[in-house]
Amino acid sequence: MLTFTIRRLVLAVPTLLFISLVIFMLLQLAPGDPMAQVPLTVPPEVKEKMREALGLGAPVHIQFFKWIVQFFWVEPQVLIDHLFGTTFSEGQLRVLSWQTRSPVMDIVVQRLPQTLWVVGMSYVLGVMIALPIGIYSAYRQYSAFDQIGTFVSMVGFSVPTFFTGVLLIVIFSVNLGWFPSIYDTTHKVTDWDSFVYQLRQMIMPVAVLALYNAAQISRFMRASMLDNLNQDYVRTARAKGLGEKTVVLVHVLRNSMIPVITVIALGVPQVFGGAIITEQVFKVNGLGQLLITSIEANDLPMVQTLTFIFALLIVIFNLIADILYGILDPRIRYD
Amino acid sequence: MTELIDQPIPTAPPRSQWRDIWDQFKTHKGALLGGIVFLLIVLAVFVGPWLWPYDATFIDIRSRNQGPSWAHPLGTDQLGRDMLARMMAGGQTSVSVGITAMLLALFLGSLIGVVAGYFKRLDNLLMRTTDLFLALPLLPLLLVMVLLFREPLNAAFGPETGIFILIVTAIGITSWMPTARIVRGDVLALKEREFVLAARSIGTTNFRMITRHVLPNVMSPIMVSATLGIANAIITESALSFLGLGFPPDFPTWGRLLFDAVDYMQQYPERVLWPGLAISLTVLSVNYLGDGLRDALDPRIRGR
Repeated sequence: MLTFTIRRLVLAVPTLLFISLVIFMLLQLAPGDPMAQVPLTVPPEVKEKMREALGLGAPVHIQFFKWIVQFFWVEPQVLIDHLFGTTFSEGQLRVLSWQTRSPVMDIVVQRLPQTLWVVGMSYVLGVMIALPIGIYSAYRQYSAFDQIGTFVSMVGFSVPTFFTGVLLIVIFSVNLGWFPSIYDTTHKVTDWDSFVYQLRQMIMPVAVLALYNAAQISRFMRASMLDNLNQDYVRTARAKGLGEKTVVLVHVLRNSMIPVITVIALGVPQVFGGAIITEQVFKVNGLGQLLITSIEANDLPMVQTLTFIFALLIVIFNLIADILYGILDPRIRYD
Repeated sequence: MTELIDQPIPTAPPRSQWRDIWDQFKTHKGALLGGIVFLLIVLAVFVGPWLWPYDATFIDIRSRNQGPSWAHPLGTDQLGRDMLARMMAGGQTSVSVGITAMLLALFLGSLIGVVAGYFKRLDNLLMRTTDLFLALPLLPLLLVMVLLFREPLNAAFGPETGIFILIVTAIGITSWMPTARIVRGDVLALKEREFVLAARSIGTTNFRMITRHVLPNVMSPIMVSATLGIANAIITESALSFLGLGFPPDFPTWGRLLFDAVDYMQQYPERVLWPGLAISLTVLSVNYLGDGLRDALDPRIRGR
């Protein structure tokens, strides 16, 4: 198991390099010119100078290498400097956004808390709701609880988040006026009233995403539990005289969790990227919204860094899912 | 030994497997209803325009922004186009995109999942490919693809067919990975089971093993993936249109109609409602259909 983990960790490095190359090459093909917004009165030779200042004059492989060095060597040094007050990164060039001319990572760090709070909270909430519902639905298949639970999860999965979001805004903001329709990210929690306000503005986006995530995961949980409940080992466990609780919550659940763990782990990176639409609907200025605006503004360093951060998260969580696979199911041997 | 002969000899002919599946499917009321609703929606959007007098792109500026009436049951939009006709035209595109993209994704996903789970030598390579595809974030990739290939495909196949091919291919090749991973996980566990060992010991070839023993046993996760996949494809297409990146406004899809309606959300909330409801109802019925299929295709549940 340890060798497997180490081997996968080592393998992750070329994977990540390859992914960054693919993203880089795809974005190289992207149409549009960072100089398009520069006024026409600026002479062409000045434009050429500006282009070179952005690092665009160099050949593709030099640009790629520079980006790799900046992302993997300079940015961690900046982080260490920030944490311990050292000066490793002084005078080194960081990945700069074309839009704001400031370091990309600084903007990412500014946007991260909003995404983590709203979308991360909704994912945790969704998983916590989904697992018990899925387990109980499968255990009492075709019971009233299962029918209602299946129906609710079907509805939750079927209604796209941009429709639920718009619908909630129409009902609760326009008609009833209970919750604000726009998420105010400058709001700071200082006392009870501001805490209540924070809760009120978080309810709608979190509810929309939690319903969606819970619906998906509970479906997988139920399907997976049903696959296992009729297996022979369950009958054996019951025949041994084990309590129903032990049979379902230890024997069946452990085996059923294997595909579900994959789904949950694969869903985590979506927490950062996939909620783009919800962030757009509720005007949360998180990472998803940053990505959309930087794509619209043709800010390639930002798009590249953000997509690569998503890729990094995905590789890490795939690794976690694989290791959990091995721990949960000894039948699957990696050798 | 004589008592065995006394047993009654079965007189009824053996029942076919598909008959059993249909019988099990019928007992699932939600699935039956879902199947009927889905068929009705497909019929309505494909046959409806032949019966309905208004064209989806016919502009009647004098009767714009009308509420529901007998002439226009869903009202008209800001250019006086009949909403019912637009909903049917939008449904044609949305449903076709959903089904085609799902089939493409399902084919790719099952193929790669089974091959990776079954052939240990290919496992690492294929799963790294899957990781690579999974690690490429969907929306930026779709966006770059739309930006890059819209013009050449439009020139080659015309604007509607061009963007159709583009979106189906884009959704198909970016959504097969969950199916592949789940199928591979199941195949890996299946390979360690006794019946596979037994089949191998009587000299079953790899091809027969996969088609006869492995595929039927991973059919239920593939079916769940298919239902999730068709739902996903319709939702992804709507989301692209919702961000203004899908089909052009002349070829409405449900997502596009929803996107156009958000601007008029406060004055005419029903315009948000219809396309949203259509998307939700279609996806809901497909999901119920798949749920029934899951149970019907599982031989361990069938007949109980």
